[in-house]
Amino acid sequence: MRKRPTLQFYNEPLPGVDTSELQGKLIVIEGPDAVGRSTQIALLRQWLEQEGHAVLDTGMARSALAGKGIKLAKQGNTLGPITMTLFYTTDFADRLENEIIPALRAGFVVLIDRYIFSIMARAIARGEDRRWIEQVAGFALVPHAVYYLRAEVQHLVSRVVLGRGAFDYWESGMDLRFGADMYESFVRYQARLIKALDSMVEPYGFTVIDAGQGIPQIFRDLQRQLGRLQLGRVRARKPATKKVRN
Amino acid sequence: MSVFEPNTYRGKLIVVEGIDGSGKSTQISLLSHWLRSQGYAVVFSEWNSSPLVKQTTRRGKRKEMFTPTTFSLLHATDFADRMESYIQPLVKSGAIVCADRYAYTAFARDVARGVSRSWVRNLYRFAMHPNLSFYFRVPLDVALGRILGGRDALKYYEAGMDLGLARDVEESFRIFQGRILDEYEAMAAEMGFEIIDATLSIEQQQRRMREIVMNELGESLKTSVLHLPLGMDFNAQTTDPPVL
Repeated sequence: MRKRPTLQFYNEPLPGVDTSELQGKLIVIEGPDAVGRSTQIALLRQWLEQEGHAVLDTGMARSALAGKGIKLAKQGNTLGPITMTLFYTTDFADRLENEIIPALRAGFVVLIDRYIFSIMARAIARGEDRRWIEQVAGFALVPHAVYYLRAEVQHLVSRVVLGRGAFDYWESGMDLRFGADMYESFVRYQARLIKALDSMVEPYGFTVIDAGQGIPQIFRDLQRQLGRLQLGRVRARKPATKKVRN
Repeated sequence: MSVFEPNTYRGKLIVVEGIDGSGKSTQISLLSHWLRSQGYAVVFSEWNSSPLVKQTTRRGKRKEMFTPTTFSLLHATDFADRMESYIQPLVKSGAIVCADRYAYTAFARDVARGVSRSWVRNLYRFAMHPNLSFYFRVPLDVALGRILGGRDALKYYEAGMDLGLARDVEESFRIFQGRILDEYEAMAAEMGFEIIDATLSIEQQQRRMREIVMNELGESLKTSVLHLPLGMDFNAQTTDPPVL
């Protein structure tokens, strides 16, 4: 059997995790707000399951521990940038330890809608120290692939207007008031996020996907990229009676 | 490189540290009330008290959901909220902020839980460097005697039960507090703790604390020099310092 490369931690190994047990694949979709990540994840999940892979998908603020607390904190107007960064990191750690790692142990393909990179980009866009957050998030596993859905700000604006029809307070960085109104603030804040994500392409080995294309084209690009990962073919099992055990 | 951000503001930050049963909370409470009576603008901040975060912490504890990493991160989140929304603006305004437990608690406790020392130190790098950090030094047995004698049942995380150190709660607490004590002792010199002998009488400890604090504060911070908007009086309403 071909030996799979073992998953590793960026910086700081989590206590009690033996990475040699992690047999699954860790796939990350990154990108700014409203770029179309969740659409692609839904398509990928369907496709991968049809191919016979067990899939777990997870995303920000979905942890059992902190998801609810984050949503409540975002309803108020006192959530500071460092607090926000650490709350999301707590949420990520809870999902990593209690969902992602167990799924990898069981051989799942884990699809993650935003990893530590979005947390880092938001912190950097708010003027926090890059080295600080990189070290804080250093307990993350290095994914097998990070697909960065990249688009220009103007494209995101069109998607927001045509889709939801309104700008979101946090997606517009209104906690820091980047502009006179939600639109201006959205444009400046998202430009900063994109810049921060762009700066991670090389050090973190992102694969850039052009998200200015239509949904089917983006999906085809993702399928092509995922094909290179050799997720393992699902073959018909031999009849159980032939198995010899001693 | 410094552990924390320097305090470049007019106000002061005074913190107390020590294991459970060291008597630090009694001492900081006496000190803050006294400072207030002396005309200083004093506010108080307690570990684990952020209005944004504490419900999540309570939930995690009740359902025993924490790992060492999430325990550490959520407590840092609570601390960050108090730092950003409360401690920093108040110190900036010229107030004296008294904190019952500070980042050092995480340095001791999280490392005793198996979290990496360098990681947890970096985690709190945004914290403001205190002007005074009192460490209440007490032998383990004395502290345990105070705690185990007169209190309700020990709580799960407080006793370090998540670490599987012992099946008996008291035994686990003993081992866990011993580890925390070792961590405090190991950082005492590096962090510049003002060490108070917590086996002395309450009055003797308080006298020593007040001497050290007066040496640091001087007269210039009394409320008359706080730049408060007209008609707003820091001391007008209440006699107790506000608590967060």
